[in-house]
Amino acid sequence: MTLREKLGSGKFVVTAEVGPAKGVDTHEFLENVELLKNRVDAINCTDQQSAVMRLGSLAGCYLIRQKGGEPIFQMTCRDRNRIALQSDLLNAYVFGIENVLCLTGDFVTLGDHPDAKPVFDLDSVSLLYAAKQLEQGKDLAGKDLTGAPRFFLGACVTPGAEPLEPQLLKMERKVKAGAKFFQTQAVYEPKKFETFMKEARKFGVPVLVGIVLLRSAAMARFMNKNVAGIHVPDELIAEMDRAENKLQKGVEIAARLIREMKDMCQGVHIMAIGLESKVPAILDAAGL
Amino acid sequence: MIVSQLKPLQEILGYLNGERSVFIVGCKGCAEVCHTGDEAQVLDMKQKLEQEGKAVTGYCVIDFLCDKALVKMRLMAHQSEIQAADSLLVMTCGIGVQAVAAVVNKLVHPAANTINMGGSRGEWRGAERCRECGDCVLDMTAGICPLTACTKGLLNGPCGGAKDGRCEVEPEVRECGWHLIYERLNKLGRLDKMTGRPVLKDYRKMMPPKELRSTLMWALEQQETKV
Ligand code: SF4
Ligand code: SF4
Repeated sequence: MTLREKLGSGKFVVTAEVGPAKGVDTHEFLENVELLKNRVDAINCTDQQSAVMRLGSLAGCYLIRQKGGEPIFQMTCRDRNRIALQSDLLNAYVFGIENVLCLTGDFVTLGDHPDAKPVFDLDSVSLLYAAKQLEQGKDLAGKDLTGAPRFFLGACVTPGAEPLEPQLLKMERKVKAGAKFFQTQAVYEPKKFETFMKEARKFGVPVLVGIVLLRSAAMARFMNKNVAGIHVPDELIAEMDRAENKLQKGVEIAARLIREMKDMCQGVHIMAIGLESKVPAILDAAGL
Repeated sequence: MIVSQLKPLQEILGYLNGERSVFIVGCKGCAEVCHTGDEAQVLDMKQKLEQEGKAVTGYCVIDFLCDKALVKMRLMAHQSEIQAADSLLVMTCGIGVQAVAAVVNKLVHPAANTINMGGSRGEWRGAERCRECGDCVLDMTAGICPLTACTKGLLNGPCGGAKDGRCEVEPEVRECGWHLIYERLNKLGRLDKMTGRPVLKDYRKMMPPKELRSTLMWALEQQETKV
């Protein structure tokens, strides 16, 4: 069953992300894919995550497909104009990649090429719109395509944003533009997520709650200070501080969060950021 | 000189859709030279809008709409007319529209597209900026330019990077432009403007039309010979 079919059937879905290497050694990447492909329903491949130049998401998704996994092609609007974005959507389709997560993308100065020219010709909403156009056999210029692709389009939302309302307005805009599923920014506060879901439910699209594996208290503090929309509450930081085996604690917390939020949404999206080998342990502990 | 060009009447009427009354603001600075906001243009617009069934509660032509302090002072004298209107139509460049939007508590519509600033920011003293995009979208953003106020120049709402109203890029110095837009639209009760159809920009319009693409002096001369 594809991701589209699984979400359509109401099955609780598990996805996880992998990041391609900075370079052409795909050894570790493929190992992670091998490890994940039978444990999760689909694997996201990040697109120059945090604006750091590396092997691309399209190549990564192709490799995932080759290995028999189901890829979710993450696309940001930071590095390509509308010509390149539309072309890569077509490229993805001919490689058998159907799931696309449409993102705006971090700004260039956050990455390792801060001197690059930022593009942002389109943004998450207009990228969804472009993909919808292609599905209808037309490009953004209104020109006919020979053969139309078909996608399962997704987008991102930040349930912990304050204020929340602008996020919900943007979510509505994304749904109207064609988003059929959402994967969220990391959530550490089930209460906040519940509030978010109360509002988000009206859009009638499946939401996969985002879980980022904590590896230390310092990492949690860093995210609190620097990452928008992520807030790790003090109790969790203290718990990490006290733990002897930090990583094991992180796995335990991730599993607990999943259990607490499982019934509020339609799936979970795990971002282990370099510790993909821990994903099966998280899923085991969460009873998934 | 800042070169602006009136938008087609249909586009302006689209902005006023659902509104009954409007107050018009004109500009005697660059907009007078370009004939986008001088007294004659304002009166002409007033007549056209009235023909379309809109009530014009009043109008005011100000020396330099890019001078926020002056704008505030001059508009004071028209307070009751402005209060009586559903919105304001501002007939000048992107900076002037933003300056007016910053001092009135009403929705503001741009009547012109800003094409070329010729390196000048007019009497600009405030935070408002314009990128001469040639297709002004200030109508949907409560008079705050998303091309300049948002670091990424996003047109369809905030990215996920805003934190406490600050931008993900240099939060110490940058506010999130979309947060400001959200707050103002919220205050004006027009959050519906944030969930409209996807907006794409026509970047061709960023290039000034051929006749204006030469020097600033040349642009001025062109305008003068047309008088
Ligand atoms: S949208 Fe912004 S850049 Fe474009 S004309 Fe208006 S103020 Fe200027
Ligand atoms: S944080 Fe706000 S201003 Fe900064 S890029 Fe995102 S939407 Fe634009």
